[in-house]
Amino acid sequence: MEWETVIGLEIHAQLNTVSKIFSGASTAYGAEPNTQACLVDLGYPGQLPVLNGEAVAKAVKFGLATGSKVARRSVFARKNYFYPDLPKGYQISQFELPIVQEGKIEVVLEDGSTMLVGLTRAHLEEDAGKSLHEDFKGKTGVDLNRAGTPLLEIVSEPDMRNAKQAVAYMKTIHTLVRYLDISDGNMQEGSFRCDANVSVRRKGSETFGTRSEIKNLNSFRFVERAINFEVERQIDILESGGKVVQETRLYDSVKDETRSMRSKEEANDYRYFPDPDLLPVVLEEGYIEDIAATLPELPAQKRARFIGDFGLSAYDAGVLTASRELGDYYEHVVERLGGEAKLASNWVTGELAGALNRAGLDISQSAVGPQALADMLGRVVDNTISGKIAKDVFEAMWSGEGTADEIIDARGLKQITDTSAIESVIDQVMAASPGQLADYRSGKDKLFGYFVGQVMKATQGKANPAQVNELLRQKLAG
Amino acid sequence: MHKKTIAELSRSLQAREFSSVELTRHLLSRIDALDGGLNSFITVTAEGALAAAAAADERIARGEGGPLTGIPLAHKDIFCTEGVRTSCGSRMLDNFVSPYDATVVSRLKDAGMVMLGKTNMDEFAMGSSNETSFYGPVHNPWDLKTVPGGSSGGSAAAVAARLAPVATGTDTGGSIRQPAALVGITGVKPTYGRVSRYGMIAFASSLDQAGVLTRTAEDAALVLEAMSGFDPRDSTSSPAPVPCYHGSLQESLEGLRVGVPEEFMDEGLDSENRAAVEAALDVYRALGATVSTVSLPSLALSVPTYYVVAPAEASSNLSRFDGVRFGYRCDDPADLLDLYQRSRGEGFGDEVKRRIMTGTYVLSAGYYDAYYLKAQKVRELIAREFRQAFQHVDVLMGPTTPAPAFELGAKTTDPITMYLNDIYTIAVNLAGLPGVSIPCGLVQGLPVGLQLIGPHFSEARLLNVAHRYQQESDWHQRLPVGY
Repeated sequence: MEWETVIGLEIHAQLNTVSKIFSGASTAYGAEPNTQACLVDLGYPGQLPVLNGEAVAKAVKFGLATGSKVARRSVFARKNYFYPDLPKGYQISQFELPIVQEGKIEVVLEDGSTMLVGLTRAHLEEDAGKSLHEDFKGKTGVDLNRAGTPLLEIVSEPDMRNAKQAVAYMKTIHTLVRYLDISDGNMQEGSFRCDANVSVRRKGSETFGTRSEIKNLNSFRFVERAINFEVERQIDILESGGKVVQETRLYDSVKDETRSMRSKEEANDYRYFPDPDLLPVVLEEGYIEDIAATLPELPAQKRARFIGDFGLSAYDAGVLTASRELGDYYEHVVERLGGEAKLASNWVTGELAGALNRAGLDISQSAVGPQALADMLGRVVDNTISGKIAKDVFEAMWSGEGTADEIIDARGLKQITDTSAIESVIDQVMAASPGQLADYRSGKDKLFGYFVGQVMKATQGKANPAQVNELLRQKLAG
Repeated sequence: MHKKTIAELSRSLQAREFSSVELTRHLLSRIDALDGGLNSFITVTAEGALAAAAAADERIARGEGGPLTGIPLAHKDIFCTEGVRTSCGSRMLDNFVSPYDATVVSRLKDAGMVMLGKTNMDEFAMGSSNETSFYGPVHNPWDLKTVPGGSSGGSAAAVAARLAPVATGTDTGGSIRQPAALVGITGVKPTYGRVSRYGMIAFASSLDQAGVLTRTAEDAALVLEAMSGFDPRDSTSSPAPVPCYHGSLQESLEGLRVGVPEEFMDEGLDSENRAAVEAALDVYRALGATVSTVSLPSLALSVPTYYVVAPAEASSNLSRFDGVRFGYRCDDPADLLDLYQRSRGEGFGDEVKRRIMTGTYVLSAGYYDAYYLKAQKVRELIAREFRQAFQHVDVLMGPTTPAPAFELGAKTTDPITMYLNDIYTIAVNLAGLPGVSIPCGLVQGLPVGLQLIGPHFSEARLLNVAHRYQQESDWHQRLPVGY
């Protein structure tokens, strides 16, 4: 039997505001437990929430960037449940009237094709604290530093049909929120995580199967693996005549499996109702227009421009626009270089990306800035050095030996382009290799590479490779 | 000294007839001597009061005193007071010492007022008789066998017994006006949003409003002016400027249009109480007002509506009392559920539990629309009827309560009878309107109140209307025997 998978994601993006969504406490990560929780965050008697306007502005940015409806009036509601890391006994969220409604986003898949994923809504809410179960000898520690941190919960339509699409969608949102500078997207710190709703149905069926919700996935890899595991689990159940139970499940990355957390019957009745401590959020047209004016070029726009203006492949354009900083870096290189977009793309996605990867750095921490890289590539373009030598120069630049020109000078790497100089080297090589020369001339074409190697070796790699090829061919032919 | 109003005390302090320290000592000794029978205070802060009084005296000596500098007051124990236990009348918060001051507390402190202590109240302000307090009931100084009303019963009894010239209160369904009426003093419940709720322990956030209990409307005007106004820490507080309430007290009532809701004067009203209200209306006629009958047809729905909305909000507001971070925690919890169940089970009293259960029920899946949502619609209907009435009249008048104070224990067995005691006051909270209760007579030796209701932010007019009556009457000057 053929099965179809249906996936929807609820992404929680922590908004990068300076202070919390309803209090003045700092949102900085990693402080000593409970040092960044003020009386509001602790839910003290008599304390009241006051909405942080920055969080609203960031949610509006997201709404505008996804072509969603930005609600002129949205309402905060209380989601009631008891848990030690939820100080008030309720979470302030949005329920019936979220701030962002009904949008869609274009997702580029691995094979370069695109799909549209619908956005049901995105709403503002406060995060809970953290319960720490280790190190307390049978007791539970509570850290409320995270309590009250602003979150944007982005809910997709059930539009994805496999794990790879889900990951591509999540990456698209991840890129977008960082472009918009509304979230740092740091997944290790939990600033960007998702719940996946997964169900399967017979291919061709119009109705959805019973879904399970996999909670708190905080890496792209886990999303893919958890969904794949869950799909197989559900198909196994259905094929053996069973029924999938609607439930919340947790993904165990060590065992690579999902397991039941609570069933629908055990689910909380959250008793949502409008929070009487907060006024409805009413947005004026002018306010929304002002925010629209601050929107940066979006990833999809930039990708299209890179393909159109620079003649890049869809793949390269996708890589170069994966973050706003990388795209800016690349454009900087091209600008300084005065063109050579393809060469710049190869270098940024190749040598530079490799070096960053090895050093575990991101583009903003690169040891070689865009100007320095452009200047170095300029020496390739004007034939001062070959592309091969350029890699050595780049490596030297990376380890801080100076500018490209300084390194070329200091190491004497300037390319030999003088025809007669190259010819005299070729003559020496031919004279020193009579056997190989005879074999070549009797038909062993493969030996051409041997002669190229010998010439390059004799010139310490500095001879212009194109010239070497051409002159060798002539001379070897006799 | 204790018989003087705030306005009189202020003049005496400025004229150095006596000092704030002397005045404070005098009132502390009265509390010491008389409160045993009343139980109006939960906490007396003698030391802090004398220090604040000394500081106030210095301020006055430097010529920097304002109208409230050196005037003692008591705060209902629902307002958070830094370094002082804030119990909310509950075992749950018996051990809770607030780390901060409520805005009401800090504003009055800044005005130079001297806190004598914290007054008794129904637990979490849930009650109409002050019998639900963990600290025992408050007795009405007019007759110790009767209740002082609630939930601000301690504040009301303390002011009526002249233990303090003013006390703060909160009014969610009548909790300032009803006790003020039952002990013969003036109680003002301002417009929702007029006074900050920051630091006021929440019962029902969309209904709760802080106000004052004083002997006269003039005193209420002085204190209310100091405590009102926008507070950036309360999103529901109004940015509207605070007028000078004191400045308009004397305005003429010539041409004032008074409306009497017919639903207020129905068969539920005690006949002598009705006579007292009608006599007060005659005083207003004599002052130049015209009196007409108006109708608020949905008024009968206000009690059931209130008992959906208020418990719903309360059930959520009181979730934070879970034994985890502050307040009461049960001994040796076996696990998390046990911690929650016993801490809350042992920490809350019966009435609070009843309302938490009611509120949880009306918000539950499947019941929300039928109860909570419907109640919100009725609430809007009631508000609309008030708006329509105010197109024809300037102020509504009627009784504050159906009858004078009842005996302790008389209504504790049947919550519905108790709830109906607030029938005339509750609609005002649902509509967010300001309301005032002033003494207008004695029925069988017990005070009854006249309730004045105005449109949103009409406090200045209401105080003016109340003040002019008090110039023509002496009910507010009557003293319970022995005080």
